[in-house]
Amino acid sequence: MGLSRDEVMGRVEEVLVDALGVDPEEVTQSATLTEDLGAESIDFLDIVFRLEKTFEIKISKGELFPDDILSNPDNVVDGKMTAEGLASLKSSMPHADFSEFEANPDVSKVSDLFTVNTIVNYVENKLNTANAA
Amino acid sequence: MRWIWIDKFCEFESGVRGVAVKNVSLAEELLKDHFPGYPVFPPTLMIEGMAQTAGILVGQARGFRENVILAKIRNASFDDYAHPGDQIRYEANIDSIDEHAAATSGEIFIVTQQATPDRETSPDREATPDRKIGQVDLMFSHVNERNAPEGLPEHNFVFTPEFMRLFEAIGSSGNASHGDRS
Repeated sequence: MGLSRDEVMGRVEEVLVDALGVDPEEVTQSATLTEDLGAESIDFLDIVFRLEKTFEIKISKGELFPDDILSNPDNVVDGKMTAEGLASLKSSMPHADFSEFEANPDVSKVSDLFTVNTIVNYVENKLNTANAA
Repeated sequence: MRWIWIDKFCEFESGVRGVAVKNVSLAEELLKDHFPGYPVFPPTLMIEGMAQTAGILVGQARGFRENVILAKIRNASFDDYAHPGDQIRYEANIDSIDEHAAATSGEIFIVTQQATPDRETSPDREATPDRKIGQVDLMFSHVNERNAPEGLPEHNFVFTPEFMRLFEAIGSSGNASHGDRS
């Protein structure tokens, strides 16, 4: 599917409006899913299902939202992510912007990594990989 | 009181689609209050009816190994009422399913021609399509002993023997069609 970034963004916006009941204007690139758009845990699964349908892709468990890394107690010490934990999180989430989180890898801030932009990046990468294959 | 809001499961295609019906009766206590002088079946209970239709479909798709819990109402819209004497038909389809959850979409109809023994073969059935009155799309979580939140009972409290009898009755119903149930 040869979609431009704007087209991907447009469809992601539709997915989030439907899944979270938010207004289209709330879905900005930097909006965080949990804090700004009010997503709860079941909504993340809903978003994955809707992205799969919308873009005709298959999203494996933990691929978009790697909850297994976050829930592994070895990756967290005193409420902060360990260097190893951060490294594995970064390598599994090339679609996220870590610039702020790296400076202060407090686990309570981890939800800030999940922005609208993170999803758009993920979908773009996924579609490009599929096209190249 | 047992909370069962479907009367009969009538069509079933494993992992794909399920159809159930519910007859609305003036004898139902709740219609006395909903509303006084104007009895209509509450749409909230149609959401529950769809959740039971879709829930049994999702549960069967995973071999009834887990409790299937309604986790989210993705969409619920209603265009008309269901009155005493009406037969409500719930048609549920599985849109997505994985190891954590399932998404279903469902249409709600009022059966325009009451069921008769020859309804399936009646030549004018096509001419009088059932009237769609609502759309209810849902999400379910699969809950098992590994991921159950504290306080939930360990046994399977959703698919009780009483509820399962509805499902088991499909095969014995004269005019029901059913797909692969393995």
